Amino acid sequence: MDLDAVAEWSRYIVAAAMLVYLGAWLAFCAEAGLRGRLRRMAAEAAVPQQELVTAAASGPGGSEPTATVHSQPEPVRDVEQRAERMGLLGQRILVLATVVLAAGVVMRGVGTGRTPWGNMYEFSITGSLVAVVVFLMLARTAAGRAIAVWAVLLVFLTLGLAVTVLYVPPGPLVPALDSYWLVIHVGCAVVAFGLFTISAVVAALQIVAERSATRGLTHGFGASLPSAGALDRLAYRLTAVAFPIWTFGPLILGAVWAEVSWGRYWDWDPKEVWALITWLAYAAYLHARATAGWKGSRASVVALIGYATVLFSYFGVNVFFNGLHSYGGL
Amino acid sequence: MKRDARAPGLTRVEFARWIWRQLTSMRVALILLFLLAVAAIPGSIIPQSDTDPLAVRDFRARNPGLSEWYDRLGLFDVYAAPWFAAIYLALLVSLVGCILPRTWQHVKALRTQPPRAPRRLSRMPAYRRVEVDASPEEVLGLARAELRSRRFRLAADRGDGAVSGEAGSLRETGNLIFHLAVVVVLLAVAGGGLFGYRATVLVPEGAGFTNQVIQFDNLSAGPMFDQSDLPPFSLDVESFTMDFVDSGHQQGLPEEYAAEVTFVPEPGAQPQQRTIRVNEPLEVGGSLIHILNPGYAPAFTVRSADGTVLAEGPVAFLPQDDNFTSTGVVKVQVPPEQGEDIGIEGVFYPTAVLDENGPRSVFPEARNPAVFLTAYHGNLGLDDGTPQSVFRLDLDDMEQFEGANGEPFRAALGQGETVELPGGAGYITFDGYVTWVNLQISRNSGKEIALVAAVAAVIGLMGSLYVRRRRAWVRADVGPQGRTVVEVAGLHRAETSADDHLADEVGAITDGLLLRLSGSYDEKES
Ligand code: HEM
Repeated sequence: MDLDAVAEWSRYIVAAAMLVYLGAWLAFCAEAGLRGRLRRMAAEAAVPQQELVTAAASGPGGSEPTATVHSQPEPVRDVEQRAERMGLLGQRILVLATVVLAAGVVMRGVGTGRTPWGNMYEFSITGSLVAVVVFLMLARTAAGRAIAVWAVLLVFLTLGLAVTVLYVPPGPLVPALDSYWLVIHVGCAVVAFGLFTISAVVAALQIVAERSATRGLTHGFGASLPSAGALDRLAYRLTAVAFPIWTFGPLILGAVWAEVSWGRYWDWDPKEVWALITWLAYAAYLHARATAGWKGSRASVVALIGYATVLFSYFGVNVFFNGLHSYGGL
Repeated sequence: MKRDARAPGLTRVEFARWIWRQLTSMRVALILLFLLAVAAIPGSIIPQSDTDPLAVRDFRARNPGLSEWYDRLGLFDVYAAPWFAAIYLALLVSLVGCILPRTWQHVKALRTQPPRAPRRLSRMPAYRRVEVDASPEEVLGLARAELRSRRFRLAADRGDGAVSGEAGSLRETGNLIFHLAVVVVLLAVAGGGLFGYRATVLVPEGAGFTNQVIQFDNLSAGPMFDQSDLPPFSLDVESFTMDFVDSGHQQGLPEEYAAEVTFVPEPGAQPQQRTIRVNEPLEVGGSLIHILNPGYAPAFTVRSADGTVLAEGPVAFLPQDDNFTSTGVVKVQVPPEQGEDIGIEGVFYPTAVLDENGPRSVFPEARNPAVFLTAYHGNLGLDDGTPQSVFRLDLDDMEQFEGANGEPFRAALGQGETVELPGGAGYITFDGYVTWVNLQISRNSGKEIALVAAVAAVIGLMGSLYVRRRRAWVRADVGPQGRTVVEVAGLHRAETSADDHLADEVGAITDGLLLRLSGSYDEKES
């Protein structure tokens, strides 16, 4: 098999990974459904005797009711076990899917003989891989498990776009991109992109959790989430890791590379401008959180605005503008 | 964040202080950050005269009414517009106004003692309690050692049976370094704009230039740029090669451009051989020479009817598409006694194919070069002093040659072929071609400062984001049973991270303390 074929095959491997992700997603959905049922059962069991206490206990935090399983009748325990099993199954399928995806990314890299982030297809699959790996690292925490369904769905959709609309056959890089700066500069962008993505999912869930908590809901999607505070902190931590990477890769190394490549380190090219806008938006987010009164969902909204600018820096600029960076292959 | 209402009778000084307080408040910083982000957007959507003058001309031609408004608002030059500068400067002032008092406070804070231990340590977010046999004094002594080894800054002994420590002042230090470095970057970029320059010069293979303003095709420079700063080098392009992808999906995309040059750093110096590639500019005395864009220069010889050479040599044509179909003109000025001026308009096809759709180029490399041309006679108007484009003929006083049948004259020439102009006006030979390259000579003043400051900013930022400021207390007291009760507690100064870290750290301090205690017992026993 020649190298081009290896690179071409990456597409089918990625498509196969999508199928496996779909399996993981279904397992997580099943788990979420079972847990919802558990909560309903717990609520039903608790309401007649101690209505007020339950409402207060799972009030503002919105955390999972700590149902004492031992005293519950058999079926509850059954459902609980099935939920556990589904969650575990989802995790295993997820790991498998990620191994398959990693194989697809590596094949693309080996087949083209360079780092696999030279066009939007490659950027998308590598970015997805980073996002899932981040997600797998979080999966042990409660907040991490809560985002499973959404994170996996997002990865599935991104990969779907990658193998269809964004797909370009393998090929060498145009001269301006053929540089080791590409490896670091775009590599940082990919990593930050993956982190921002997970952070945005968490921020969106934080808003839902907070709304549900302020309304005192004890059932429904919002109540199934970890506490708004935990989600807020998780979103912040992910952003706190991504932000310096974004500063260093896209902005600083981007400028260094631009100077080597075009002779100007800052040229107000649309891509540069949007990288800066993203940076300013997340700086605003970090400030918002540092200022009293802007914690919680207001800060999460700023984080989502930041993510919107990330998406635009990535998709919008490549699609709409014709700057020095237009190498998207669209 | 309190909103200061402006009382009616503010004096000017008070008003200035009010403005200053507003400007340096966190809320305004937030607004300014957002405002700058939003203000940057139009410049990415509307064509900018600085980066894409052709697109701006195009836009003006299509939307004359709108363009007038854009001009008024500076939207064709957003990043140099007064309103953009206003936001940028406000942010700069806000930053400085924010950093100075905070630095002062930080220095003061580093000098003050960590606060006393709260009465009820058990109320702190992280708390451990153990009982030991050592005396309280001994425990406190070892607690000081333990906290110090964890880089806590300790309060002097207050004689209250407790030790107070504080750690993570690096967070604020890093934050201040970050903000200060951002100021330096902004100043360096602004300064670079004042002193820097950027010039372009089109050089056909085999030709050269000296680094002087008159030789440039284009020059944009900051207000403080001084011509005498230009490094006095001269450069010849010996050869310029372009490689393109041969096959596959990316067929025809450029693979490599390389210019072999001979350059003389200053008059009288030893010539040096160098290669300039796309990501490998040549650096000369602080200026960089880059390959911008390439093209072909077909070479013609134009002779009069009696065979006298009227003009010869390559003429740069401008590429029109990805396959380097290039258009250009040849202006042949003829002394009046020998006849009229001759103007040639031509299209150069590097790999020419002629089919039912007419001629076109199917590959950017010159594999089957051909020119299609037509010609004019009359007065080129080169003598009347008005500057002309070298890529267009001024046809006011020119007339197209006509063939025998009255059709406009046209010819297609392969390499080495000659065509005779109608009416015995002369001969045109297509001799071949050379490549040309548009070189950019630029200097980015202050870039080193900007880079160092930017890296400092990232390091400061990491301190600011990852270092946790926290306090720890250890209290030792004789308990009811006569044993020593040791309480260890911790508190975050900022609520940025979860308490599990804190609990871990308090646990580690306690364990460390116990280890030291057992160590000291071992020593005693031995
Ligand atoms: C270009 C402008 C600015 C940028 C890019 C910027 C960026 C940042 C970033 C990324 C942080 C996060 C660090 C952290 O969370 O600890 C931060 C923190 C902070 N910034 Fe700024 N900043 C800017 C302007 C300002 C201005 C004008 C002020 C003052 C009015 C300010 C005051 C602060 C303060 C007080 C913090 C610390 C918050 C804390 O205690 O955690 N910043 N800034």
